[in-house]
Amino acid sequence: MKPFALLTPDALAATATPVQAQNSWVKALESIEVFGIPVGVFAIPAIPLVFIALYALYVGVYGERKISAFIQDRIGPNETGKWGLLQTIADILKLIQKEDIVPAAADKPLFVLGPLIIFVGAFAAYAVLPFSSEFIGADLNVGVFYAVSIVSVEAVGILMCGWGSNNKWSLFGAVRSVAQVVSYEIPASIAILVGVMMAGSLSMQKIVMSQSGELGILHYAVFQSPVAWIAMIIYFIAALAECNRAPFDIPEAESELVSGYFTEYGGMKFAMIFLAEYASMFMTSVILSVLFLGGWNSPLPNIGGLALNDWTSGPVWGAFWIILKGFFFVIVMMWVRWTFPRFRVDQLMYLCWKVLTPIALLVFVFAAFWELYVR
Amino acid sequence: MAETLDYTPKTRLSQVSSNEYIVEKDLETEYMTLNMGPQHPATHGVLRVELVTDGEVVMKATPYMGYLHRCFEKHAEALDYQQVIPYTDRMDYLSAMNTEHAYVMAVEKLLNIEVPRRVEFMRVIVAELQRIASHQVAIATYGLDIGAFTPFLHIMRDREHILTLLEWLCGARMLYNYIWVGGVSHNFPPKFKQRVAEFVKYYKPKVDEMMALLTENELFIERTRGIGILPADVAINYGCSGPMLRGSGVKWDLRKNDPYSIYPELEFNVVVPDGKLSIIGDSLSRHLVRCYEIYESLKIIQQCIDKMPEDPNFDPHAAVPKRIKPPAGEVYARGENPRGEVGFYVIADGKGTKPFRCKARAACFVNLSVLPELAKGNLISDVVAILGSIDIVLGEVDR
Repeated sequence: MKPFALLTPDALAATATPVQAQNSWVKALESIEVFGIPVGVFAIPAIPLVFIALYALYVGVYGERKISAFIQDRIGPNETGKWGLLQTIADILKLIQKEDIVPAAADKPLFVLGPLIIFVGAFAAYAVLPFSSEFIGADLNVGVFYAVSIVSVEAVGILMCGWGSNNKWSLFGAVRSVAQVVSYEIPASIAILVGVMMAGSLSMQKIVMSQSGELGILHYAVFQSPVAWIAMIIYFIAALAECNRAPFDIPEAESELVSGYFTEYGGMKFAMIFLAEYASMFMTSVILSVLFLGGWNSPLPNIGGLALNDWTSGPVWGAFWIILKGFFFVIVMMWVRWTFPRFRVDQLMYLCWKVLTPIALLVFVFAAFWELYVR
Repeated sequence: MAETLDYTPKTRLSQVSSNEYIVEKDLETEYMTLNMGPQHPATHGVLRVELVTDGEVVMKATPYMGYLHRCFEKHAEALDYQQVIPYTDRMDYLSAMNTEHAYVMAVEKLLNIEVPRRVEFMRVIVAELQRIASHQVAIATYGLDIGAFTPFLHIMRDREHILTLLEWLCGARMLYNYIWVGGVSHNFPPKFKQRVAEFVKYYKPKVDEMMALLTENELFIERTRGIGILPADVAINYGCSGPMLRGSGVKWDLRKNDPYSIYPELEFNVVVPDGKLSIIGDSLSRHLVRCYEIYESLKIIQQCIDKMPEDPNFDPHAAVPKRIKPPAGEVYARGENPRGEVGFYVIADGKGTKPFRCKARAACFVNLSVLPELAKGNLISDVVAILGSIDIVLGEVDR
């Protein structure tokens, strides 16, 4: 018997969700018009935006504080509201109240535009994130490619921030950051290609659909090939570096570069950078789950009459699963951040070019052969 | 730095040391002057280091100090001998007990006072507790410099126990004024010894945990191993002392080599790196020395608790002179502080109750002078790692 006989493409095709039922929520929204103004079209990008705001508030601010407090044997915020739940509101109020300072020697246009570009770069990738089988901002047939490329715009914003601040430390942070983001896109992209190759499509929805089936978790790409898990880990490491999260937080290295490229920022401009960081964390987590962990598919299998998979599938369940998977990796990122020290800038480059990139290439070649001759 | 270094292929990350950057000979690059401090988070206070950098490689590092200068020595000339003690607290505010001890020894030497034996035990217990607390801060902030935030808070949690003990003892948490000339300010409260013993028992596994979390972390080792190597001869020439000198493999500890108080009666080891995990003299060695010295201090405290003579009617002020008016003379007394040798050179003119001159030899000040030597040719991140491993307290550097 061939290994993974149950998981052959034929078996997948038989169980895949019919294509015509896709994206019905988006289509419904698109058709809403008020006095000839397509209100629904504006609502589509607003949904991820509201989601980012809520998520950054509650997972980003409150969750990170509480998780770090748990790891560090502290209590964390507990004074503002019940269990400190109002802490995020207090933080936001503080940031809004702050004077909007632009340093006298700063390059004003760059300084002001920088955070906006960083945020736009992170937010634009949400257009292709499949939040559910029925909701995706834009079901592009090159969705993954779009996501990878639009995130690179962040590097421009970071450089603008660093240069515009007219601060040597910020400049160091920006230069480090750009070098890091640009290098880590290579292993990340190769790892993404492994996932894309296994699904045979660049469209996010098609990648997810190729992993659905009534055996739940066993249909996920990570279990379809003996090297997929390596690609997944490489992507996760590269994602940490791309989001500038510890142990790759070299651009903002608190103890070395004060705060790196956003040293001079305060108030809402700082909030934008902060929001972008959390937005890209969730974005990379979702891309990871889409490529390797089945996206919005339920992990539960059908066992005989116990149709757990059927019961936990559907558009609403899909949204639940993908947000759960996304949050899981966000929390792992926080866990990593509060455990490890920081890399040095040359060690980071060493890791990227001499460790991750060769391994990613090998994995890519092996996965290609596996796809051609085994699966 | 503008020369090509020998290049041998490296197979592991840890083998690539930071000063192996190949700077091409015929390429001219512009140097940048970068001010690190006085408000930089990694300078542990108000130190300013002027860095001349070529990209990220530091060509020259010059420390500028004096931002926290408070004229300790001049103040001491205007104060009675006893009144100088609180000022010594404020020199190295993380190891106030040890500094007090050194100063008090100088005055006692001047007066030829014999201190009760129980007082000596009490002094050693508090001094070693303080040494642990001080090394804890050094290790914790070093982790912070490298980017590990969690060990910092774990260590601070445990340090709290020491501060609580010392607060119980004399009412102050950092600046104690506990060790007096000829005695101590308060006797140990009832059950204090048991509480200290409990702390020793509690803290040993916590040190192991801290070592597992921070010191044995691969990333931490990569960042500190082979960085800022200080050869033993350079260390001696610069006058380094404490973990700085022992990290370079020199077995020199004043508690052993110039014993004072009751240290000769106690059993403990002088910690020097064995070169297995670290390269002798690098930042990791200095860190390891501090880590293992905590174990030695715990050992010393345990022995002191066991050997300390019990006396229910003990008066810690029995040998305290009411008025200090020493005969003319000069004296130098030194003690092993957590950061190295702290000595007080006191001259008495025999006329009054104030010292004619009180010169402090500060360990941090001397240790810091090696920074330009160590920082040269390293990256900015490594300067942070080196500065952290020197473990300076600006209060003592500037006095």
